Parts: sequence; structure tokens; C-alpha cells
Amino acid sequence: MTKNIMIVGVGGQGTLLASRILGNTVINEGYDVKVSEVHGMSQRGGSVVTYVKYGDKVYSPIVDRGEADIILAFELLEAYRALPYLKKGGKMIVNNQQIDPMPVITGSAKYPENIAEKLGEAVDTTVVDALSAAKEAGNIKAVNVVLIGVMAKMTDIPYEKWAETIKTTVPEKFLDVNLKAFETGYNL
Amino acid sequence: MKKLLIGNAAVARGAYEAGVNVVASYPGTPSTEITEEIVKFNEIYAEWSPNEKVAAEVAIGASIAGARAMSCMKHVGLNVMADPVFTVSYTGVNGGLVFCVADDPGMHSSQNEQDSRHYAKASKIMMLEPSDSAECKEYTKLAFDLSEKFDTPVFLRLSTRVSHSQSLVELGEREDVKVKDYEKNPAKYVMMPGNAIKRHVEVEKRIEALTEFAENTELNTVEKNGSKIGVITAGVAYAYAKEALGDKADFLKLGMVYPMPKQKIIDFANNYDKVYVIEELDPVIEDHCKALGVEVIGKEVFTLLGEYTPTMIKKAVLGEAEKEVAELSEAIPVRPPVMCAGCPHRGTFYVLKKLGLVVSGDIGCYTLGATPPLQSVDTTICMGASVSAAHGMAKAQGAEFNKKLVSVIGDSTFMHSGITGLIDIVYNKGNNTVIILDNSITGMTGHQENPTTGRTIRGEATKQVDLVALCKACGIEHITVCDPFDIKEFEKVVKAETEREEPSVIIAQRPCALLKTVKYSGVCKITDKCKNCKMCMKLGCPAITLKDDKVVIDSTQCNGCGLCINVCPFGAIEKEEN
Repeated sequence: MTKNIMIVGVGGQGTLLASRILGNTVINEGYDVKVSEVHGMSQRGGSVVTYVKYGDKVYSPIVDRGEADIILAFELLEAYRALPYLKKGGKMIVNNQQIDPMPVITGSAKYPENIAEKLGEAVDTTVVDALSAAKEAGNIKAVNVVLIGVMAKMTDIPYEKWAETIKTTVPEKFLDVNLKAFETGYNL
Repeated sequence: MKKLLIGNAAVARGAYEAGVNVVASYPGTPSTEITEEIVKFNEIYAEWSPNEKVAAEVAIGASIAGARAMSCMKHVGLNVMADPVFTVSYTGVNGGLVFCVADDPGMHSSQNEQDSRHYAKASKIMMLEPSDSAECKEYTKLAFDLSEKFDTPVFLRLSTRVSHSQSLVELGEREDVKVKDYEKNPAKYVMMPGNAIKRHVEVEKRIEALTEFAENTELNTVEKNGSKIGVITAGVAYAYAKEALGDKADFLKLGMVYPMPKQKIIDFANNYDKVYVIEELDPVIEDHCKALGVEVIGKEVFTLLGEYTPTMIKKAVLGEAEKEVAELSEAIPVRPPVMCAGCPHRGTFYVLKKLGLVVSGDIGCYTLGATPPLQSVDTTICMGASVSAAHGMAKAQGAEFNKKLVSVIGDSTFMHSGITGLIDIVYNKGNNTVIILDNSITGMTGHQENPTTGRTIRGEATKQVDLVALCKACGIEHITVCDPFDIKEFEKVVKAETEREEPSVIIAQRPCALLKTVKYSGVCKITDKCKNCKMCMKLGCPAITLKDDKVVIDSTQCNGCGLCINVCPFGAIEKEEN
């Protein structure tokens, strides 16, 4: 059975590193894995979507609507946008952060209100204040690893295995802060 | 050892294992990381060339001189390098020669959605197409062998989802391939008519031999599941079809998409009630099947546009409905890409918009100058077109129009193909104003060095092209270097230069805010002097937004560049150091 995880956010939030940590952790568990990333123009502050799929044998690198077991959302509006991709009974993890997209800044569109509540009514939702948790861990940029920590706890893969991949995936000078961020997320 | 690699890294690994010696490329999404990964292998000479044509020619020269060589580019880069490619099809190779081209179905980061498979047929060069990272590595290695065996350059075609998806790859050792001896052979390498006529005969013979090869190669495989539905597919569409249909279909997977087999397709199709061709973009395989008289279902049920999904295939082939999903109860705003906080281009476009100029645009981060609220770019066609198209606009509309017209082009794009347009302006008595947006790097593709940065692909110091001296040498007599964050001065310069009845160049110089050498600090804060005039919001900075109709600066988005301080008429924005 293939597990489908979607990581969504805003370009620049560090979704790529999150997907790499996730991908490398599941291969160490012996699964076949596909991770689909987005590079280039769409990364410039636009919506970014990364798929991580693992199982005995994975063919397609993308996740379709109604097929994600977990959506890990780095931003509220992006969580809302990704909602139709969640499987019935799937889990939504959302960082309680609002980043206004340009149409909202220019006044041509409105940022939807109470997204976290609306998500909570529709699906199994965990809301996280990853920004504060990252600050607490020592670096505001570690939001991505905090969120990986939150998600890790929902999988069968033990804590140490995640920590091991973080050690081999992030640059050494940021290792301590990332391990701390992971721990904070895991214990939220 | 198995490793999780994106397709691009797997191509680089394959080239390394195949003993490649020379790789020359120009960056372009989704192909860029191939060459960036190549750099990690010290055994390989690698370079960013000024454009794809130069890159291809460097690789061709290396091949003729006996080395295994490769050039990598995005689909539109293949247009730029098409000239040498069509002729090296005639000369053939000495060392193995591979052109790796990455298409972008869905246009994640491109100006068109061309299907590069047409080039294989048009240039009579064989083309392989992998469907995942493991195949990326294997096909790349094979491409070098086949290149030497059939005396032909080989195309390796990727698409965004293959280039940028990670999957498992078994790593191998590097083959010890010696650079072959160089032998003078004008009959093969001097393509003047007398020789080329003879080489064309060889090309046609080669295509015949490759078609024969296509019948038997393991690149083209049949997977039987005892189904009544047959599917012919290639590349990432195979992955989607396989996930969608599993054992509900039999598959003929083409790993070699030019030339395609004939008998193999006829024999496969004969077994089924229905045969589907599943391929993204154009009906290339479908047209081939139809030309063979094989009845297939293709673009009448599948779109010519964008990327495919397994759901789409299930619906078309099995008639399965889409899954029920949690639907949204309200319209939600889109989130288009924007210039980053601190982007030097923001100052430029703020001024161009204020002056109401017609802006002939180009390819790079600054294409985003077309989006609200800066919205100043009028045209974007291809690399370099900003300069030459503006010359054409001025010739069409006359002198007064020209006073309201500028071209904008990045430093790397100017080196790529803007310089020839500038020469055209000088030579043909144009009076255009060209603004070179010099942000000291190739930005959009993720920070690659170029001839104006003074560093090679390996970060070594090298001669830096002097833009001022270069423009002067082309015959431009009025060249101004100006900081686009100095809004007042920049506006003055643009006004003066567009008024001038001679050609001129403005070099808008400020480095990309994402460069490690750029150290903005602190965050900007709105103070109580703010009159809420919203002047700063005209900048389209992602950090400046409204809360309860009051302007606020989001401290998580602001990098302290301070441009907003320069445009505030009330001195109401201050920098707070952290």
C-alpha cells in the first residue's frame, strides 16, 4: 500500500528540505520512494507543492485529488488550497501562519477568514504554531523541521531514525538547531 | 549502493559513470541541476557557456577531438542550439555525444510548452526518454555507447516531473574511457556541400539501422498482464499509466522515442481490442502508429495541454469517476510567484511604471515585472528579444514612441543573446534605451555564474566581462551605471536617456538579495508618522501588506533592504536592527 504525503507552502519556506528529510527517512526503512519537487519560477514566493510517496513499488511521482494520506501545510491558505487532495480519513497538519499572496496585498482578492476552524470542521486537522516553536529552538527558519517533527509522530517510524536522517541531510553548522526544532515539533 | 536522486542528478551520475570528459550547458529550468551535479565530479571539465548554441558547439568540438561530451538545456534552449545540432547529425561523432533536453509540460517555469521530440525527427538524431531516476542514469550511460556505436549524437529527453522527481538509483563505478586520438577527417567534419551530400546518405542509412535496432532493443519493452487493453507510452506518462491501470492493461513502453519501431508496434497492437497511446503534449507516438496503419486512441481522449495525472488516465481508459473530495466552499486567492523581498528589480519597475513607459521585456526573474502591482512589462518572447524587439517597435512607431520605450534585460540574458540586438540598434541607427538589470548572477534558475560575474561554474576567479566597455565597443556612447534603489537618481537617468536621440544603455546595478554576499540586516517598521497613503504598497513587496486597512510590514518576510524607506513621502518607515 502506497502512502501519499503532500507538503505545501509558499516558495522560500523550506518545503524542499522537509521533503528531502522525509524521503531519505522512508528509504532507510526499506521502501520504494518517489519525491516530486518544484524548482524555478514557481518557487519565487508562489504556491509550492511537493509530493512524497512511499510503498513497495511507486510509479507516479505525483499525488492526485483525494489521495493524500497526510497534508503538511506550511501556511494556512495553502492548506486550504490543498484540501481537495486529502483522502477521506486523511490528516491535515497546518502551520498557523498567514502569508498574504500578492492579489490580497493589491486588494484584488480577500484572504479567507478562519481557515484553521474551517479545516477542522471538514477534516482531521492539527494546527501548529511552528513559527514560535522554531524561534524557541533558536532559528525562525527551522519552521520546516518543526513541522516534520509534528508529522513524524504520526508515523510508525521511530524518533531516532528521523534524527539520523536529519544528521545526514542538513549542513553541519545548522545541525543543532534543526535537531532541537525537530524535537520541539515532535513533542508539540 | 542505492541513493534517492532527482532525475537531473541521476543523468549527471550516468554521465560520470559513462566516463564523460566535457560538459557545457546554459542554465534553464528544469534542466539546470544536471550540470550543477556534474560540477561535483572533479574528473569532468564543466562550464556554463554564454548560451546554448555555444554550449552545444563546445560539446561538439570535444566529441570531434575524441572525448565523451554532453550539453544540457531546457526545451527552448534547444531552439537556440538547433543550428549546430542539425549539422552534427551529418558529421556524426568521435567521442560519444549526448544532448540532454528537458521539456516543461505544464509550463512550471517556461514561456511555451514545445515538445522537443519533434526535433529528433527533424534533425534525424536518435532520442531516448527515461521515466524515472534509475532510467535517467541507465539511459544516459547507454546514450554514450549508442552514440559511438552508431556514429550519431543522441538526444536524451526529460520532462519536469522526471527531472525534478527523486527516486532510487543504484550507484556504479566510473568507466575508464580514454579520450580517443584526434584524426583529421575533412570528408566527415567539413560540412560543405560536396561532403554534406555524401554524409546525408550516411544519415539515412543510420536511421534505417536505428529503426532495426528499435525493433529489438530492451529500451522498448512489452509488459503482458493478460489484458484486452493495450497501451503504448513513454517517459513520465508511463509512470502515470502504470499507476492508473496497473495490470488492467498491457504496455509497450518506448524508451527510445526516435526512431520508433514499426513491426514491434504492429505486432503489439494486433493483440488487443483497444490500443491507447498515452503521451503528454503532442501526438508524436500516435502519429507514428497511425502512419503504420495501426488503429489507436490518443488525443481524441487525452489533452494536448499540460501534465497528465493517473486520475485523468483512469477516467479516459477505464471510465472511472474522480474520487469524491472535500470541496472548498469559497473562492480562494491564487498565489502567483513574486519578486522576492529585497529584489533589486523592484526599484527598476517602480520607476518604469511611474514614468508610464512601454517595456520590452525578457526572460528572467524580472519577467515578474509584468505582474501586479508593478505591471510594467509589455512583452516577453524569448532570451534576448527585449533588445531587438524594441528596435523593431521603434522602427514601426517612430521617434516619439521611442521616447516612451525601454528594453529590460538581465546580465546573463544580455550575455546570452542581448548583445547581438544591441549591435543591431547601433548598426541600423536605432535610438533605443536598453536597461541591463545587473544583479551579478543568473537569478531565476537558482544562482549560476555567467561571464559578467567574474567566477566560473566551479567558483574560480576568472576574467569578468566589463559591461560598460563592451557596450562602448559596440558603439554605444551613453552608458550610465545606476543603483535602482536610488529611486530619484534612477528616475532622472531613465528620463534623460529616453529623451536622448541616440542609443543608450543604463546598467541598473544591485546584486540579487538572495546572494550570500548580500547582507541586509534588520527589519523595516511602520512608525506612527504613517498617514496610510499606501505609497509603499505600490512596490509590490511581499512583506508589505494591510491589516484592518492599515499598512503593516510582516517581519517574517522583510529582509531590511530599505527600498520602502526610499519611497515613503512622510519618512514613516524606519529600520529596526535585530
